[in-house]
Amino acid sequence: MGSQGGWGQSKEFLDLVKSIGEARSKAEEDRIVLREIETLKRRIAEPDVTRRKMKEYIVRLVYVEMLGHDASFGYIHAVKMTHDDNVVHKRTGYLAVTLFLNENHDLIILIVNTIQKDLKSDNYLVVSAALTAVCKLINEETIPAVLPQVVELLGHPKEAVRKKAVMALHRFYQRSPASVSHLLLHFRKRLCDGDPGVMGAALCPIFDLITADVNSYKDLVVSFVSILKQVVERRLPKSYEYHQMPAPFLQVKLLKILALLGSADKQASGHMYAVLGEIFRKCEMSSNIGNAVLYECICCVSSIQPNTKLLDAATEATSKFLKSDSHNLKYMGIDALGRLIKINPDIAEDHQLAVIDCLEDSDDTLKRKTFELLYKMTKSTNVEVIVDRMINYMISISDKHYKTEIASRCVELAEQFAPSNQWFIQTMNKIFEHAGDVVNVKVAHNLIRLIAEGFGEDDDGADSQLRSSAVDSYLHILSEPKLPSIFLQVICWVLGEYGTADGKYSASFIIGKICDVAEAHTNDSTVKAYAITSIMKVCAFEIAAGRKVEMLPECQSLIDELLASHSTDLQQRAYELQALSCLDSHVIQHVMPPDASCEDVEVDKTLSFLDDFVQKAFEKGAQPYVPESERSGVYDISSFRNQYQQEQSGHGLRFEAYELPKSLPPTNIPTILHPLPSTDVVPVFEPSHSRPTHQTSSGVDVSSDVGVKLRLDGVQRKWGRPTELSSSSTSGSATESAANGFSQSDGWKNAASHPRDFSSDKRNPPPVEVSTEKQRLAASLFGSSASKSEKKPPSTRSSSRASNANSVKPTSATLPTEPPKEKGSASTPPPPDLLDLGESFPSSPPSEDPFKQLEGLIGPDTAPTINPPLTATIPNTANIISSYSEATSPDLGTDFISQFTKTSHGAHGISSAKKGPNSREALEKDAVVRHVGVTPTGNNPNLFRDLLS
Amino acid sequence: MIRAVIVMNTQGKPRLVRFYEFQPPEKQKELIRSIYGVLSSRADNLSNFVQTDAMFGEDTRLVYKHLATMYFVFVFDSSENELAMLDLIQVFVETLERCFKNVCELDLVFNFVKLHTILDEIIFAGQVVETSSEEVMKAVDEIARLEKSTNPISIVTKSVAGRLGR
Repeated sequence: MGSQGGWGQSKEFLDLVKSIGEARSKAEEDRIVLREIETLKRRIAEPDVTRRKMKEYIVRLVYVEMLGHDASFGYIHAVKMTHDDNVVHKRTGYLAVTLFLNENHDLIILIVNTIQKDLKSDNYLVVSAALTAVCKLINEETIPAVLPQVVELLGHPKEAVRKKAVMALHRFYQRSPASVSHLLLHFRKRLCDGDPGVMGAALCPIFDLITADVNSYKDLVVSFVSILKQVVERRLPKSYEYHQMPAPFLQVKLLKILALLGSADKQASGHMYAVLGEIFRKCEMSSNIGNAVLYECICCVSSIQPNTKLLDAATEATSKFLKSDSHNLKYMGIDALGRLIKINPDIAEDHQLAVIDCLEDSDDTLKRKTFELLYKMTKSTNVEVIVDRMINYMISISDKHYKTEIASRCVELAEQFAPSNQWFIQTMNKIFEHAGDVVNVKVAHNLIRLIAEGFGEDDDGADSQLRSSAVDSYLHILSEPKLPSIFLQVICWVLGEYGTADGKYSASFIIGKICDVAEAHTNDSTVKAYAITSIMKVCAFEIAAGRKVEMLPECQSLIDELLASHSTDLQQRAYELQALSCLDSHVIQHVMPPDASCEDVEVDKTLSFLDDFVQKAFEKGAQPYVPESERSGVYDISSFRNQYQQEQSGHGLRFEAYELPKSLPPTNIPTILHPLPSTDVVPVFEPSHSRPTHQTSSGVDVSSDVGVKLRLDGVQRKWGRPTELSSSSTSGSATESAANGFSQSDGWKNAASHPRDFSSDKRNPPPVEVSTEKQRLAASLFGSSASKSEKKPPSTRSSSRASNANSVKPTSATLPTEPPKEKGSASTPPPPDLLDLGESFPSSPPSEDPFKQLEGLIGPDTAPTINPPLTATIPNTANIISSYSEATSPDLGTDFISQFTKTSHGAHGISSAKKGPNSREALEKDAVVRHVGVTPTGNNPNLFRDLLS
Repeated sequence: MIRAVIVMNTQGKPRLVRFYEFQPPEKQKELIRSIYGVLSSRADNLSNFVQTDAMFGEDTRLVYKHLATMYFVFVFDSSENELAMLDLIQVFVETLERCFKNVCELDLVFNFVKLHTILDEIIFAGQVVETSSEEVMKAVDEIARLEKSTNPISIVTKSVAGRLGR
């Protein structure tokens, strides 16, 4: 170990590292580190610590913090070290502060000045270190303090510094787009940097900018394509080759950008086909990085307007990925497949077995990716198998985050594609049972809603059968030991509403079951509230039917307990139940009509039933009600109203000052007369029926208690009658068709006892013995017979439903907007080989350094010093404008550009998207404009300056 | 964007930790531990990718490489390509190899400041800025040289400097 004294660290530090390395337990390690912290605290505080020592202490602090211990006591020393004149110390100081501090730390203010100074240093190491700190530590407020220097560094002679300056500017953009919105042009300028590395760095911010706003950058398509072409043709310096690939990282970035630009833009896509084809031809599968480029190319092809040739190449590459032995490539293949099937769902069929292999692979990452793919390709023909698989997987994993995700996906698929209501309920039961604590409450409400509403009014028999089977299954499930709260709520509600509806179970049996639930969950007041209300309903229905209700002793004790509950809500429910049980059947039929959970409650907003009472009060000499607008008198009406609403809705803190007292009748007297709803105070969990009883009191302030009761408004309605809800009409039609497809004769009680077998059994009538288990699974997943040769689209179920489902799938929104019939025309666009990409470089034949050409693109006035008047005026005007209005684009510079691009390139994007392919004139015009705008011809310098002012 | 670069050994001890979005020390510790938990449970012949939505938020993933006693982990979001990131780890490791010759865990332990310097040349503010280990080495060597010349009493001792010079 003695030789390690040569590592440049002190013996102490080496000992520390060594002892930590040898620590046997976490506790021992912690002890060592804590001791070290004590030592450092002492040492750092000593007077006359040499700077060299201090540097070492700070390195040790970094080490300690890397191990997860707090070293904040030494932050200030790290900050001090950045002030040091010695480059090594300064760099260490900067490294430490960038690791220690975040951009909102109090100490930042002590660094900003140093950073400012260091950015101007003539030592590029100092500048680089300062730029690192800029990226990490400069927050929105301090951006202006360093912005001018950073912009100046974009022209630094060292390319390493230029790169970092670009990144710093990019960071500013990420932090606060507004702060650098007038500087976005610099990113474009850097694309033309003589150094390919700097150009590559500029692609990062450009990628972000394009993600945010595609249309402003359409004019760069040709430039990007030509850069990519040059890269692919190995025209970059040899040093950019990596594993025999020309600048693969650049290719990846460019392909990502092209994918964004070409998405749903036929013309832009047209420019790309040739170069993409070339990449497919040149890419080798042998190296990892080659595959990275290939994968990115597939992504790009699947994102831009489809081209059959390229799609074929992409499909071929994907199948190579999938057939590979490498898990990495399989993973990429599955991901690529997920993208390709958006364009052509049939592609998946060729890879059925590969997909199933991945699904059963031991690699969890691959499995998840495959589930993602299945999720994307779900339709009504295979939903049962897929959801079944997903649920089984969900049960098997313990990662809560992923469990939540997969549960919500199951729910989504089930809601969207369920072939029958029974299947839906069963699936939901399974999901609730195993992941009830992580699913959204809305899902429970949807389930309740489905059970309550059934198919619709025309088929009462089916409805009641559905309900009674739901009741059956819930009574069965209740015997399970541990059920999630939300599921219990659903069960209680359904038992209360429909437990006795078909007369199969006696009221006392149901009540007993519900009491068991309430007793088993004494701590869960929501479940208890559901339980007591359900008991109330069962009792009410009994009394209404003229039968006498015997209160079970356990039920009575539950009531007694709740009567004394600390929760006013539970108390109220218990009292209501008590009061209800004393009423006669006639009254009860009005208060709690059976099976009326779906009836709309009429709200008498005018409170007309109080008219008599008011009249009498008048007669006795009461003052008439003064509307608030008149009542407010001299107050500014609007402000008063605001204040009033605030008081009403929020009960929150007021931030504005109270008004001065005036000699007017106190304004709040009327509010006292105002019938304040009692529900304001009590959180009411209302499972539907208690609603009418409240209505009388809460008529005034209906909105106040919406938050706590079942909220079914706005919930997308997938089942039953179509409603006027905001749900998309398409989903309604899909579910209707799904519901129609359901055949009543399936003995579903049978299925209820073997819920898991249900789907596969029904879907896959055991085929001929020859086919293996896997093939069967493939058939059910992909909807066609397993034989690979058969290329027919999925056809096991009614094809109409399949197509219907397709149109409903949310992913269809992101599908290329081209309908199938246009595909023919998509395949005909310019044959790739004939597309002349040279046209963007008409002025000069390819020279030795391709980036010289790009450099040329910005023309003679690149250097910022040449046109100082222009750069000087723009920021000023920008400031003035931005101080006027922040909402609109605050800056003149970008306005210029956006105008320019709108008039020239923006036009083609829009017009070609609207008019389709044959606007030849527009194309030509665009070509001319593009030519002028991007290529320096020298004929039109003014236009040119506009672009890059 | 790259969210984090973590180098740790197969016992879960961090050797280099760089988060490109600030995380307080406790959170860092927790993240490192959960990453280690995932990585240590994965067999060798599986893919090098892990989805990390639970740890780093929506749409994040990590790529790792298991070399000798070390895990090299890059965490990033959907704006990067998994396979490319795998090669970026390769670039990083190649650079370390050039720098230290037969790089081993001890080199990383005792030179983690240098590791940061190297990393800063490859990844800057969460974006890839250089992918050629040769170029990175050039830059790092130049930094070492300049530091030495501006600072007569160099902390880069002879043995290390000798290695760098080669």
